[in-house]
Amino acid sequence: MRLPVSWLREYVDAPTDPAELERALVRVGLEVEEIVDLGSAVTGSLVVGRVSAVEELTGFKKPIRYCLVDVGRANGTGAPQEIVCGARNFGEGDLVVVILPGGELPGGFGIGERRTYGRMSRGMICSGRELGISDDHDGIMVLPPGAGEPGADARGLVGLDEVVVEVNVTPDRGYCFSVRGIARELAASLGLPFRDPAAAAALTGTPTPAYPARVADPSACDRFAAVAVRGLDPAAPSPAWLARRLTQAGMRPICLPVDVTNYVMLELGQPMHAFDLAALRGGLVIRRADPGEKLTTLDGAVRGLHPEDVVIADDSGVVSLAAVMGGASTEVSGTTTDLLLEAAHWDPVTVARTARRHKLPSEASRRYERGVDPTLPGVALRRAGELLAAHGGGAVGADVLDIDTVPPREPVLLPVDLPARTTGVPYPADRVRALLTLVGCAVAPAAGPESGPDARWEVLPPAWRPDLRDPADLVEEVARLDGYDRIPSVLPIAPPGRGLTDAQRRRRDVARALAEGGASETLSFPFLDPGVWDALGVPADDPRRAMLRLANPMSDVAPALRTRLLPGLLAAVRRNVGRGHRDVALYELGLVFGPPPAAGVPPPLRVDDRPAAADLAAADRFLPAQPQHVAVVLAGDVAPAGWWGAGRPASWADAAAAARTVLAAAGVPAARTALRQAEFAPWHPGRCAEVLVDGEVVGHAGELHPAACAALEVPARTCAAELNLDRLPLPGVVLAPRLSGFPPALIDVALVVAEETPAGAVHAALTAGAGKLLESIRLFDVYRGDAQLGAGRKSLAYKLTFRAADRTLTAEEAVAARDAAVAEAAARTGATLRGA
Amino acid sequence: MSYRNDPYDPKQVALLDPAALEEAVAAAVRAFAAAADLRELTALKPAHLGDRAPVSLARREIGALPPAAKSDAGKRVNVARQAVDAAYAARAAVLEAEAAARMLAEERVDVTLPTDRRPRGARHPVSALMERAADLFVAMGYEVAEGPEAELEWYNFDALNFVPDHPARTMMDTFYLAAADAAAGRTAGDHAGTGASGLVLRTHTSPVQVRALLSRKLPVHVVCTGRVYRTDELDATHLPVFHQIEGLVVDRGITMAHLKGTLDHFVTSMFGPAAKTRLRPSYFPFTEPSAELDLWFPEHRDGPRWVEWGGCGMVNPRVLRACGVDPDEYSGFAFGMGIDRALMFRHGVTDLRDLVEGDVRFSGAFGMGV
Repeated sequence: MRLPVSWLREYVDAPTDPAELERALVRVGLEVEEIVDLGSAVTGSLVVGRVSAVEELTGFKKPIRYCLVDVGRANGTGAPQEIVCGARNFGEGDLVVVILPGGELPGGFGIGERRTYGRMSRGMICSGRELGISDDHDGIMVLPPGAGEPGADARGLVGLDEVVVEVNVTPDRGYCFSVRGIARELAASLGLPFRDPAAAAALTGTPTPAYPARVADPSACDRFAAVAVRGLDPAAPSPAWLARRLTQAGMRPICLPVDVTNYVMLELGQPMHAFDLAALRGGLVIRRADPGEKLTTLDGAVRGLHPEDVVIADDSGVVSLAAVMGGASTEVSGTTTDLLLEAAHWDPVTVARTARRHKLPSEASRRYERGVDPTLPGVALRRAGELLAAHGGGAVGADVLDIDTVPPREPVLLPVDLPARTTGVPYPADRVRALLTLVGCAVAPAAGPESGPDARWEVLPPAWRPDLRDPADLVEEVARLDGYDRIPSVLPIAPPGRGLTDAQRRRRDVARALAEGGASETLSFPFLDPGVWDALGVPADDPRRAMLRLANPMSDVAPALRTRLLPGLLAAVRRNVGRGHRDVALYELGLVFGPPPAAGVPPPLRVDDRPAAADLAAADRFLPAQPQHVAVVLAGDVAPAGWWGAGRPASWADAAAAARTVLAAAGVPAARTALRQAEFAPWHPGRCAEVLVDGEVVGHAGELHPAACAALEVPARTCAAELNLDRLPLPGVVLAPRLSGFPPALIDVALVVAEETPAGAVHAALTAGAGKLLESIRLFDVYRGDAQLGAGRKSLAYKLTFRAADRTLTAEEAVAARDAAVAEAAARTGATLRGA
Repeated sequence: MSYRNDPYDPKQVALLDPAALEEAVAAAVRAFAAAADLRELTALKPAHLGDRAPVSLARREIGALPPAAKSDAGKRVNVARQAVDAAYAARAAVLEAEAAARMLAEERVDVTLPTDRRPRGARHPVSALMERAADLFVAMGYEVAEGPEAELEWYNFDALNFVPDHPARTMMDTFYLAAADAAAGRTAGDHAGTGASGLVLRTHTSPVQVRALLSRKLPVHVVCTGRVYRTDELDATHLPVFHQIEGLVVDRGITMAHLKGTLDHFVTSMFGPAAKTRLRPSYFPFTEPSAELDLWFPEHRDGPRWVEWGGCGMVNPRVLRACGVDPDEYSGFAFGMGIDRALMFRHGVTDLRDLVEGDVRFSGAFGMGV
């Protein structure tokens, strides 16, 4: 809500100092977007000009005008000023606002003489936005005829001697979309008297209505008032002060009747509509739209109406989309002399739905959605009628239509001590009462005890505060008007907590382990292009393609929610490489999204009490699975080259090691984990491991497929791992090992196996065969290509460490254990002792 | 050669002569001192301490002495022998020390050579800051609650007193999920701010308040950190995906003073002892009274100032009722702040896009924590 301060000052002696004004507004909860001293932002000569000649320049991308503008003697010579202008909403003889060379517009925009479009341009004809007084940039400002002499200073004429304040109004405070509402808040904030513009006498309904009308659906409209104004001079312009205030409030002056209804709306907060009385056919009906009905609205659009839309219709059909936008057929035109002024009170929900359905947020709908004071229509009709009579020569009819079915407000029962109990400030009872009265409430003791914990007040909120429904709403009024700065600071003592859960602690451990391992954490957006799976070579029926879609994505390129972290990480790798980081190790922890487990829509749940457990469970069944994943991507060297030697490029083994790091950091015992050869896109079919925990696949690791690297434009041989953290068992309590102080027996064995025999299988066989004396086993060499081994065979060399808990092992015992291990390996994998 | 009971012959015992012994000791000392290194010293050992060294030969001659002279001569030889041993040991100690010092000098390296054989990784500062904030509340006895990011509208809006078709419902620009059966085509979340699927990407962490109240026994003291989503275009000051920390306390007798005290403690812990809070009246459907939280941050990159940091208030009794909590018996407060925003002013981040692009230089600058 944007307003000139001088308007506010008609109803409260508001401070003009911007800082003081801002403090006063913020204190009561009106957030100040900006306060602009319009005069200080324009320097130099800003004068009235009369356009004396216009020449259309052609051959440019857009139409351009070369103008000669009479600026009197403001330019020192009295000669017409040459100005090139891109606007078209003016003609010869119009009065415009000219800034001469040497001046400066808001934003430090200096004006000089320059050659442009082949002509000299000495100065500028200004639009409202360029002057910083409105958002209007559809054309330049055209002043009313006779507004001033060419060459006269234009500041006062366009309202640049004004301070304008823009306030953010929260959705609960519709009444603050008006001078009346903001002035009232300022008065309360500063402890100043408030002169209510709505306090003047209102027009009241007469036995003969101003125009025949019927409300067919009172649930949509509980007040409909109208008065006729006849004999207007269609050519009468809006007075300059009124047009200027509209401009300063961000609205564009159009013609006197429209400007007056807008002015009254801004002043009181009551939206109004002016029908061309001559265009109405028969009595008005306020009803829901019929299926298939259409209306051409003021903006020229033909709109198909919905049976929930509320309309005003006459014998010709629908003439207005009620509370949202008027119809073209009854629009005030340049020949209108007789008006029917309407002011009504509409159901906020109906208005909100209609405005959204037709994508037609208007000044009127914005106010009705948030709630308008239902007592205002008569006041607004009188005020608008007076303005039209005074400035358009019209006569306000004696007959007034007023269909009023507004239900009486229900009082709110407020426990007297509730404000103090809620805020911790011991407000005296009379202070609470005084503050609520200041808000506009009528406060009286309720039946029951007059003091003590059960004492209550019956509080009748004012008509303009539909948001005050609950005792808590009244508490906020007391707290904010007394001042939030009076609330003390007391630290409550929480009950004993149990710290982080195992799953929470584990996520941190995993993240830290990966960072300590050399990878950098990223947080990428979860929005994916479904085509990424084609690029990654993932099969058509792969479940990773079953992605949730956004109804309103940021970008049509990425409308789906990730089912894996990997694509996002690869994009980050590509970005890093593009910025010159050739060696990149990244990781991410985050949720991925499964498809919804059930088709359809979750059942509605109540809000007036806790929904039944079965209903909550039924609704949660529509939640997609959202497991926590972790992924690592390695590109380029994992260890850099240096004075110590060459660098080491990332390999499948680094990805596998990263997967093992995750498992270890997550506290999964190594004995429960395994890596197994797998073929799984987008990994290299020969260099991919599936990661198993307790025999269940929890993720994959290895080198990526060369085609996938190429398609995603990441370096060749990029390696990656991704695991589902939620599939990892939570760590149990680790039992401490018993450490033997007896010396170990170390025995190396080299086994020859077929090339395709996995080392993991040999390892497992040796471990199983060696028995309880085996303390550790380590593969220390893989050897191929010896003629002795033969083609297609490899040698695996292991270091076995045997140790007993209770004695020094004899050589015979150690050798027997070794032989048992080798025998098991021979049995399971066909291994033979090398050289045997 | 000495022979027992041989008659005394002065010629045969010349080496036992005190002067001769003295000279033997002196010769040994001179020779040892001249040894340049341990190898040379060791080479001198046979000549001065070996079987054929003068003091060794002198000891053999004792046998040739008459019994009365043996004791005296034996003492002399022992003294001489000990003197040579001591001289040897002393010189050996000096030479060993010299050798050790020389070796250490030779092994000198240039410690300014780079040693970063393994690149350093980093936590994302947003994660680190969330953990830091959560830890503070855990230390106060809170527990960390969690909830889904793709959330039912009921939790994100309805249960939090966002009434359907009230403008509050459009305060936060919401990502709606398309209905499952419409996944192939496009569906609009058109009518009255409701997506066809009944699912949204949570616009705030507040739905976790509802889940916490529905799933936990009272009193409840929880914080929630996590990702939230709004359809803001990505630019230097806006992120469509960002992070919040949410706090919720529901107990008997909780007041707005408790909220203020908790926030004061939080900001001084996060932003230093000179940080302060200021509450401004505001509006959120799920709190009543509601406040905007401003933070006085003395270490701001552009000088001390108030920064808007979040929203807070007393839990609206309508929310308590929807969660099955009797508002006549219990009251509570809630607050929510932007983590990315906190990172922005706490660490002088000038472009929020740096938080989401994954450039290793950004996380790298923060290391393992914030």
